[in-house]
Amino acid sequence: MQEMMIAKARELLKSGAVQRVLGWKAGEFAYDVEPAVFESAQELEKSFVYNDFCGSNLSKYLIAQSRKEGKTLVFLKPCDTYSFSQLLAEHRIVRENVYAIGIPCQGKTDGETLKGKGFTGILSAQCEGDTFTVHTLYGDKTAARADVLPERCLNCKSKKHMIYDELLGEDGEVLDSHRFDMVEKLEKMTPDERFAFWRGELSRCIRCNACRNVCPACTCEKCVFDNDASGIAQKAAADSFEENMFHIIRAFHVAGRCTDCGECSRVCPQNIPLHLLNRKFIKDINELYGAYQAGEDPDAKSPLTDYTMNDAEPGIVYHRGGNQ
Amino acid sequence: MKQLSLEKLNDLFALIGQTEALYLPVDDAAGQAAYRRWQPGYTLSKALNTVRSAKDFFFPQTENLVDFKMQGKSIEVIDPRTEQENFVLFGVRACDARSFSILDKVFLADPVDTYYQSRREHGTIVTLACTRPEETCFCTVFGIDPAEPAGDVSCWIEENTLFMKANTPKGDALLTLAAPLLSEGGDDAVAAQQAATRSVLARLPLAKLSLDGMGGESMLKLFDSDKWAELSQACIGCGTCTFVCPTCQCYDIKDFNTGDGVRRFRCWDSCMYSDFTRMAHGNPRLTQRERFRQRFMHKLVYFPANNHGEYGCVGCGRCLSKCPVSMNIVKVAKALEGEVK
Amino acid sequence: MNSETLIPKIGVVTDIRIDTPDVRTFRVVGLDGKKAFEHMPGQCAMLSMPGVGEAMFSITSSPTNTEYMEFSIKKCGCLTDWLHAMEVGQQITIRGPYGNYFPVETDLKGQDLVFIAGGIGLAPLRSVINYVRAKRGNYGKLQVIYGSRSKEDLVDYQEILDEWMADEGVEVNLTIDREEEGWDGHVGFVPNYVKELEPDLKSKVLVCGPPIMIKFTLAGLKELGFTETQVYTTMELRMKCGVGKCGRCNIGNKYVCKDGPVFRFDQLDELPDEY
Repeated sequence: MQEMMIAKARELLKSGAVQRVLGWKAGEFAYDVEPAVFESAQELEKSFVYNDFCGSNLSKYLIAQSRKEGKTLVFLKPCDTYSFSQLLAEHRIVRENVYAIGIPCQGKTDGETLKGKGFTGILSAQCEGDTFTVHTLYGDKTAARADVLPERCLNCKSKKHMIYDELLGEDGEVLDSHRFDMVEKLEKMTPDERFAFWRGELSRCIRCNACRNVCPACTCEKCVFDNDASGIAQKAAADSFEENMFHIIRAFHVAGRCTDCGECSRVCPQNIPLHLLNRKFIKDINELYGAYQAGEDPDAKSPLTDYTMNDAEPGIVYHRGGNQ
Repeated sequence: MKQLSLEKLNDLFALIGQTEALYLPVDDAAGQAAYRRWQPGYTLSKALNTVRSAKDFFFPQTENLVDFKMQGKSIEVIDPRTEQENFVLFGVRACDARSFSILDKVFLADPVDTYYQSRREHGTIVTLACTRPEETCFCTVFGIDPAEPAGDVSCWIEENTLFMKANTPKGDALLTLAAPLLSEGGDDAVAAQQAATRSVLARLPLAKLSLDGMGGESMLKLFDSDKWAELSQACIGCGTCTFVCPTCQCYDIKDFNTGDGVRRFRCWDSCMYSDFTRMAHGNPRLTQRERFRQRFMHKLVYFPANNHGEYGCVGCGRCLSKCPVSMNIVKVAKALEGEVK
Repeated sequence: MNSETLIPKIGVVTDIRIDTPDVRTFRVVGLDGKKAFEHMPGQCAMLSMPGVGEAMFSITSSPTNTEYMEFSIKKCGCLTDWLHAMEVGQQITIRGPYGNYFPVETDLKGQDLVFIAGGIGLAPLRSVINYVRAKRGNYGKLQVIYGSRSKEDLVDYQEILDEWMADEGVEVNLTIDREEEGWDGHVGFVPNYVKELEPDLKSKVLVCGPPIMIKFTLAGLKELGFTETQVYTTMELRMKCGVGKCGRCNIGNKYVCKDGPVFRFDQLDELPDEY
């Protein structure tokens, strides 16, 4: 696939159809690939990479790239196309300046996930079929792909590309995932248990803003948390209430727009399962307003920004036991 | 050299914990290591290092500086500090132990930061030698020997034994306190472990990282390098690298209205943030390129220029592991290497 | 210096003078009615109203003033809005002095001095001008070239007329950007006026004003034949601690709050262009 992508990118750069290519660049180790812009065949040959570690979602970079002169070629995995589509719906990306190529994805892992599974001193890692072989300072080890994928990929919602100009490889299907299982578990907890769960998780927050800055739904020109005039600008939470507040406000603000790409949880240095907050909103929206997937259709109206006579009344929340 | 069977490790913690606050790395809910105040039932994490560095204990993420009470046109200034308790930090790695001496150069320089100074005076640092460094480790580049960590007491864990050596009067006091549990011996076992560890260190992929040309001499050349645009391209402007870094020490001072007064606190800040240098009439670092450049210039050029060549990095590798876009000081140093030749 | 540098003292505002539509000069003393601390010309202090903010201001009064300190402050943000709205008798907090100062007792001693200021940029220079005037015998000729947008934007106008212009051996050249009724003085921007006036090449020059004014003034001085080692300025960047630790006011490896705010241009030349 990587070779096909490089060939395609070279071709489009050469013909002048695109002026730059947004993709991934090889790093020091097997796993530390970084998002990068390539402007020449030489740069592509030198460091363009597409492997099992290209987890980062490139769609948010298009906000800046699509405002540059000329066209940007971007490679999007199926779940990235939901973000791209949602950003288009929000008029954040200049569509005509983007040439989007859909690429297949079998799930992406990362260094932190491998380390969490006990791989230390990783020198290189290859995946053949469904088996990862990891060469470490302390010997070689293997693992099945499914055992080293992060939660978001194990519960992949879709292998189907929502929007693209061209596809490389086969398109997949929307999957019947189990992504709401943990949300259901949390719903079944008593309020005290749930509060204890979230305090346990959110108390680890170091307020680095990685979740916010990586989030394709967080595209405000100036975030309320950075705005001294907002009254809630903070660099550090003064207490646990403010710690919760940051994440809850963020979850509310992206509700109905979050495509569940899972970048927030991927980048969290403290491994806080932030995606669960967003999934709770997605699940509630599905139950209250009918199934809705943000990013599925750039022309669809989000239930939270659309009014119909049949809209759920706030009282329904109470019927469902939300006041218990 | 003193030694203690690992079976008695909890007895040691209990003994220390009786008289002083004892903090040590334990596994958190997400399976990563974090410093916690010891209590019965806690066990020492087997992780190589904590996500948050040990700088927290001397330079906490937030701390109250001063309280104000206001009445009419009058202001009352209140120093909120109470007496600092003694504490013991157990299990600090060599990289973090070095970071304290870097932080000292900032906070203990004239005028002394008394908040920091008081914690330094009351803390006893017990380091633990590394045996299984990660590929992201490059402390040896800064002359740090993780097999012989600094601190008030140095420790080694080998098989079923903990070996301890006091390096300072504070360390002597701690080992005197722990004396009932300790016996003599272990020099050979420690030497053998050190030899094994050092053979791994030599094989680390970043062991040969070159910082030639960094430091103050080439400040303008490095500052004006056109590499910064490319290096900062993917940076999302979060503060992860800054906050997990054991040597990052920039802070903000903020006021918090408590309802019956104002609490002025300081909190960690990040040069990666857009408002770090923003003023009413403009911002000298307008884009992420300038902010990104500041962080690395500070560590690799400005800090050594002001501190006899010592870098503002200890090679702990946290930024390598945690950056959301996998950009880090190693990639920066390698990219800049050719710039000063 | 106070060893608890981050804990401020109380300052009492004993007088507020309206200088221009957006500049006021505040007179401040300690709770005991005396000066809160001693300083040298060019040094700064952190002023704050708890809950509103804290910021660095240059001390406008001369150290030779033994009774009080003065701060000329332009209204341009949250804290300065608040300061402009307060009344005499209000307490604020004050800490300092911070930074270096113009080398009035060394390099500038015995020299002819040219002060060039634009707008509120006169504030830090006023401290030096009055220091030098008070120790008149230690310095040569003095020339003040000062400009603002309009007549009403000239800070310390009354003091300039009544005191500076009345002094023997002090030449004052005022200019405003555009013609206006009631102004028969010079009209034009400061950098051009400097070139017209052709200050004595033997002088040491102290410049302060908006960045763009400083840039063109320096260029003009060089055209006239001045070298960078003769010209001093004072810098302003965002600051929090005032003691070189919070990490944001650096230009290269120099902290403006500690190593500055006063720099000679040849010193700035050795630093990255990031201010």
